[in-house]
Amino acid sequence: MDRLLVGASAATLHTPHIDYLSILPVLIMLGGAVLLVTVSSLVRPVLKVGAGTAVASATSVAALVAALFQWHEVSVHGARVTVAGAVAYDGFSVFVQMVVAIAMLLTALIGDGYLRREGVEGPEFHVLAMLSASGAMLMGSANDLIVIFLGLEILSIALYVLAAFNHKRAESGEAALKYFVLGGFSSAVFVYGIALVYGATGSTNLPQIADYLANNVVASNGVLLAGIALLLVGFGFKVAAVPFHMWSPDVYQGSPSPVTGFMAAIAKAGAFAALLRVFVSSFSTVRADWQPIVWGLAILSLVVGAVVALAQRDVKRMMAYSSINHAGFILLGVQAATDRGVAASLYYLFTYMFLVIGTFGVITVLARDGDTGHQIGDYRGLARRQPVLALAFATLLLAQAGAPFTTGFLAKFEVLSAAADAHSYALAVIAMLSAAVAAFFYLRLAVVMFSPVGPVGDRSGAEPLGAGSAAGSPSGVPHGSPEPAGTAPATGAAPGDEPGGSGAALALLTDGPPSEEVASRRVRVPLLTTASIGLCVAFTVVFGIIPAPIVDFANHATLLFK
Amino acid sequence: MTEPFPYLTVLVLTPAVGAAAVALIPRRGVAGWVHQAVGVAVSAVTLAVAVAVAIRFNAGSGSYQLTSNHVWAKTLGIHWFLGIDGISLFLVLLTVVLFPLAFLGARAKRDPRSFVAWVLLLEAACLGSFVSLDLVLFFLFFELTLVPSYFLIGGWGFARRGYAALKFFIYTFAGSAFLLVGIVSIAFIHRAQTGVLTFELPALMHTHLSGTAGVLLFLAFTAAFAVKAPIFPFHTWSPDAYAESPTAAAVLLAGIMAKIGTYGIIRFDLNLFPQATRTLAPILLTLAVIGILYGAVVACAQRDLKRLVAFSSLAQMGFIVLGTFALTAQGISGGVLMMVNHGLIIAALFFLIGWIYERRRTWHTSELKGLQAAAPVMAGVFTVVMLASIGVPGLNGFVGEFLVLVGTFVVHRWWALAALVGVIIAALYLLWAYQQVFHGTPTAEDAKTRDLAWTERLVIAPLIILIVFIGVYPKPVLDRITPSVDHLIAHVDQVTGVRPPAVTLSRTALPVRVSGSDRATGGAR
Repeated sequence: MDRLLVGASAATLHTPHIDYLSILPVLIMLGGAVLLVTVSSLVRPVLKVGAGTAVASATSVAALVAALFQWHEVSVHGARVTVAGAVAYDGFSVFVQMVVAIAMLLTALIGDGYLRREGVEGPEFHVLAMLSASGAMLMGSANDLIVIFLGLEILSIALYVLAAFNHKRAESGEAALKYFVLGGFSSAVFVYGIALVYGATGSTNLPQIADYLANNVVASNGVLLAGIALLLVGFGFKVAAVPFHMWSPDVYQGSPSPVTGFMAAIAKAGAFAALLRVFVSSFSTVRADWQPIVWGLAILSLVVGAVVALAQRDVKRMMAYSSINHAGFILLGVQAATDRGVAASLYYLFTYMFLVIGTFGVITVLARDGDTGHQIGDYRGLARRQPVLALAFATLLLAQAGAPFTTGFLAKFEVLSAAADAHSYALAVIAMLSAAVAAFFYLRLAVVMFSPVGPVGDRSGAEPLGAGSAAGSPSGVPHGSPEPAGTAPATGAAPGDEPGGSGAALALLTDGPPSEEVASRRVRVPLLTTASIGLCVAFTVVFGIIPAPIVDFANHATLLFK
Repeated sequence: MTEPFPYLTVLVLTPAVGAAAVALIPRRGVAGWVHQAVGVAVSAVTLAVAVAVAIRFNAGSGSYQLTSNHVWAKTLGIHWFLGIDGISLFLVLLTVVLFPLAFLGARAKRDPRSFVAWVLLLEAACLGSFVSLDLVLFFLFFELTLVPSYFLIGGWGFARRGYAALKFFIYTFAGSAFLLVGIVSIAFIHRAQTGVLTFELPALMHTHLSGTAGVLLFLAFTAAFAVKAPIFPFHTWSPDAYAESPTAAAVLLAGIMAKIGTYGIIRFDLNLFPQATRTLAPILLTLAVIGILYGAVVACAQRDLKRLVAFSSLAQMGFIVLGTFALTAQGISGGVLMMVNHGLIIAALFFLIGWIYERRRTWHTSELKGLQAAAPVMAGVFTVVMLASIGVPGLNGFVGEFLVLVGTFVVHRWWALAALVGVIIAALYLLWAYQQVFHGTPTAEDAKTRDLAWTERLVIAPLIILIVFIGVYPKPVLDRITPSVDHLIAHVDQVTGVRPPAVTLSRTALPVRVSGSDRATGGAR
């Protein structure tokens, strides 16, 4: 910015030197989007879905390869800033680029099947997704508040449109409008935060802000604190931290399912990356001022996310609250404000990306035409109809709950370690208790999937499932008894049970049986979607058992973080 | 001192690999017995490995043996650190004995493939919990037990299985939330003192904890173990879970998984927080006694055999906790022995009740009458198991209970006396139930009840043999338990600076049954 002003006074404009390698993945992603939209507008017939998928996948892979090359390059030559100090080129930024590139790839694969099923022609989905991915990538490497804002807007505006792109869904339009209005509002708050921070420190450049705060004692820091607070509100909105989460259940529910997973993964990745960079590095000297606020946001997100999810009947809504709960966990790492905390948050973001995209991948394929049928009851008997899909879904849900030997556990373990390291024991306990509450609704879904479809039986006596005589239970098919779990008929309860105490829990478990159509429906899982979900499950399990590579990867990313 | 052959790793991985293998066998076109047979074979191989471990085990040593230690996740400080001592040895043996019996004695009538895979995974998780010496590794296995048992209860259980499975999972999961925070906290306190981030138990044992930190961490750890065991008042999940479980899961849940809770107390609470353990012991002792009395009284009121056994289990677990928190060599040795005994007894009881149910479709004592006439062998076996549970001398229940009571009496007289009342009530409700079910004139339907088939006799025979053997000759078991317990007590005494009074039991007064315990006394001195 200084150089720009100097240049202006000399009447010659110096453009800063741009190290193109440092922003290569962003450029590739942007290039892919531009290429696709250009080609599709030049050719006469509407571009086939397959073409869009191919371009998007190839672009994501190219961006990923570029990021891998960057990783090597940064490891050898060290981190640096470029484009007049506006872009950081370090392990942290490369890590975020990889996360986003993989998220884009997985979403492109899932989106393919979705678009074909819904009969949406044209390349818009992939173009918008790539645009928004480039925004998230830019946020990861931004080293200046203005660049963060640019990334945020590229990310968000594309997402607003994506939320509404399936014009056959009325609720999509509603979701998009809601997202747009509230998102625009939060962007305004964010910009105002930037302005105040600039006013207080004289710069929007992150290292310069850090230097200023380290070398000067701000006597009256009201403006700075207000700026920090406003920035936190802006970030809180993007990552859907309570109390800035109001939009997310509606938007998650209303958006097309693949978009929801994508949104959850990359909006969190981009916003958390920027949040970490701004707060942990630039505002580290004033951490005593913002840590308590983040502490509060974390607790609220953890508790509200877990508890409100219990009351949800719609799986997508439930996942929205689950995602709020996860945001709370990631905030544990932010709140620690240490290298360990940053590494833990990065690891969490990376593994959560696979979990959430995989989960919404399953939700996508299970939806009926028009992307409906997301009630919990619609999942009843899934294990019987499609055992492999049910197992994959159960694995992803259990991993989200933090089951051992999955990346979900390690992610929680890492943020807990960071919290314990920072002596935030109370926060750690609340986080784990919220995980126990959250386990309830993940398992409730698993119970429903593994329960048989059929009328709610009122069979007397405690007949064991399929005990030899259970009629209509062909061998080899799970759950032959027409008695849904959890809907214990009063007559079946053994004497001495206390039915009153279980009533509330049972009410949560009881979801009316699905219609005949659902009960007998086997959905076809497109090959690409299978690959995508399979990748998510494999990643979750394999790196849960062999944690070292990813853990070291995330740790290495922070060693370079400056 | 890594063992050339990693016995314990093989021990843990065998059932895990077996579970994966069973899951890969196609379901269609393969008869159900194939899965079943693979399950039995894998658990038999595991049993063989465990026997090899027991043979290689050096009876005289109280330290961890057959250890293998590999870095698992370096930056996280987690190690694949396995080891066994006298305390865990018999729990491992109990596990490997009960699992094949569970396959044989309580076959899944439906979807045997998933059933066998889940049970084998549960075996791996249980074994892993007993031999892990790294806290995080222990936690992983501890948590892993939940997933298969959740699916076993939820998938193959009785009418209220969904509710019971969920309640079980959530209770235990909430308890372990505290455990995980506790584990992470002590590791970071240790790191602050030494600069090394590790979760290895032998290293963390030497962490200096302030009084408050010790108490808080103790509570965090104990919360998880108290739910798992269960200790009154954290037991409310257990009657539901046991009652709604299929027989195999009930056997494994009550026989083995409950022991992970009490084992965790002995292994982790006592080693890591000796001072806090001693400070808070009166509270735990009181809870244990309440549990003993409450379990016994509620069991008296049960008309449902399975719930009766579930509540009797609560009382028995109370004894184990009582012995543990007496913090004397006899008490802890008795507690460990009782874990094994209770595992054998409750497994036998759940098998028998399961078989009664298979024949009569009821557990209700009022609907059963005079089975003795129709099924004499079953009645005989039930008698032996029941007497062992009551604690009749000559059967295994007596040895453990006696040691626990002696070990408690010398330091906490009134608690021991109160617990004694529980023993008497136990005799009451068990004999009562026995009378109702097996005595009297059988109805027409009761008279038709089949006696135990030969496969069932084969399943119950090893349990009866072990029940009698430990009752008559507990020395080989106690000889291996006591050095480790002495080791533990020495550590607790050294940290807390308190020496518990030692008891000497003369051989003449109690000839057979305490032959091992005077060794224990000698060691403690």
